[in-house]
Amino acid sequence: MSDIRVWLGDFELSNPVIPASGTYGFGYEFAQFYDINILGSISLKGTTIEARYGNPLPRIAECREGIINAIGLQNPGVDKVISEELPKLRKVFSKKSIANISGFSIDDYVATAKRFDEIDDIAILEINISCPNVHGGGMAFGQDPEQAASVCRAVKAACEKPVYMKLSPNVTSIVDIAKACEAAGADGLVLINTMLGMRIDPRTGKKVVSTGAAGFSGPAVKPVAVRMVYQVYDAVNIPIIGVGGIQSADDVIEMLYAGASAVQVGAANLVDPYACKNIIEELPVKMKEYGIDKLTDIIGKAH
Amino acid sequence: MYKKNVYTVLENECIAESVYRMVLEGDTSYITVPGQFINLKLEGRYLRRPISVCDWDENTITIIYKVVGDGTKDMSEAVRGDRFDILTGLGNGFSTGHMKKGQHAVVIGGGVGVPPLYALVKKLIAEGVKVTAVLGFNEKAQIFYEEEFKKIGAEVFVTTVDGSYGTKGFVTDVLKDIDYDFYFTCGPEPMLRAVHKLGKEKNVCGLLSFEARMGCGFGACMGCSCETIAGNKRICVEGPVMKSEEVML
Repeated sequence: MSDIRVWLGDFELSNPVIPASGTYGFGYEFAQFYDINILGSISLKGTTIEARYGNPLPRIAECREGIINAIGLQNPGVDKVISEELPKLRKVFSKKSIANISGFSIDDYVATAKRFDEIDDIAILEINISCPNVHGGGMAFGQDPEQAASVCRAVKAACEKPVYMKLSPNVTSIVDIAKACEAAGADGLVLINTMLGMRIDPRTGKKVVSTGAAGFSGPAVKPVAVRMVYQVYDAVNIPIIGVGGIQSADDVIEMLYAGASAVQVGAANLVDPYACKNIIEELPVKMKEYGIDKLTDIIGKAH
Repeated sequence: MYKKNVYTVLENECIAESVYRMVLEGDTSYITVPGQFINLKLEGRYLRRPISVCDWDENTITIIYKVVGDGTKDMSEAVRGDRFDILTGLGNGFSTGHMKKGQHAVVIGGGVGVPPLYALVKKLIAEGVKVTAVLGFNEKAQIFYEEEFKKIGAEVFVTTVDGSYGTKGFVTDVLKDIDYDFYFTCGPEPMLRAVHKLGKEKNVCGLLSFEARMGCGFGACMGCSCETIAGNKRICVEGPVMKSEEVML
């Protein structure tokens, strides 16, 4: 029997598959398709201190083997997430979730993180310093090692729960940012957020998404994500959650070999609501085929 | 509730300029209300294509779509026997429970906004509502379903922008002279805005179906959210049909 359990610090996951923030809402929409308790955990929709509508439409478009999106962190604000969304999620999901937190100042991050820190069924605070779709915050914090460290340090000082920093690939050296976060006390890292991309309609000459530049994700970015996870694994001693274009058990195994302890599945959820379920069911089959008994045996083994 | 399943093409024919009608065979049990949509996966295209349901029965779904890009072009090339992975049961659809027997409803469609009104008209007429359909197109070559709407018992008016058929002008040029108790509409946003404005002037409420580029089609990505008087709504879940009292046009 294949052992597909993994650990993020003390947090045991029945399998490494976590839907990525922003592609799974607050989980309950997917409970219409299958029992979402099969998931390792869920990274919840990015949450800010105040409610946000997000960017004008159109916010999303496809490209070859992927999508670009500029949702702009639409969310009802942390109070409503806790009072309205989490109770709906609890009805269909009995495991612990990952809160994904965004902000426009260090105070924003701290205030939102503190609210989630009080919630029992939140296992990890995932600090998003890499959203490319908002101005004055988001990715700006993730593009400078000093600023990334400042956010991390402030949240760590204010909260008890493990803090994972979600990093941007839109940087010169993701290793430097990762090391700065580790030094500032991060308990783990999540990489990568979307790459910055753009599409223009050849028929009209107009930008396809309202903001012009938008976050590029999907299978097309997987090699970049694998490379970055591999490089960061060499440089830090904290767990890494690998994200970027994962849509099969093979992709999961590849990401674990690169150094990830767990993975997040993003764009694939939008195309196939059963994506995570299919990956989880396919994992033991692929492990048997490759002679892998325990998933934890392969973490970082490509090094 | 939603359902993902494989459907087989029975028919796929051109019925007007760039407009195709496709009949798909498969499980239709999750389609419950006129105005819902399906989300269709195409080989080699990453995101699904949301298309409104024109009509359905126990084992077939009829959709009418316009070729506007690469994905719909792929669809137009499908032949009998081809299979598609499709999500069904998406969207809220048009509710009709508030209509009373003998009341007069107008359905107003613009271009490929016409199809979802077809099953709606069938339902309204079955419920004893008098229906007038005002169907707007750019030109004669693009007109479809005029006869089909007549056959199911609606009084039909057609408008064309260039005057090549029916009344020259926009749907509102006909609509302004009609007395109605309620309206249902689907079409491009400028048309919805004009119909909504006229409804306000006449002090008549309605239901408006919106179109948007979508990511998932089932409420996960927030790709198609819009602001309404009743707060933010996802066009794919809380829509595509919204009340005239709540929309911000």
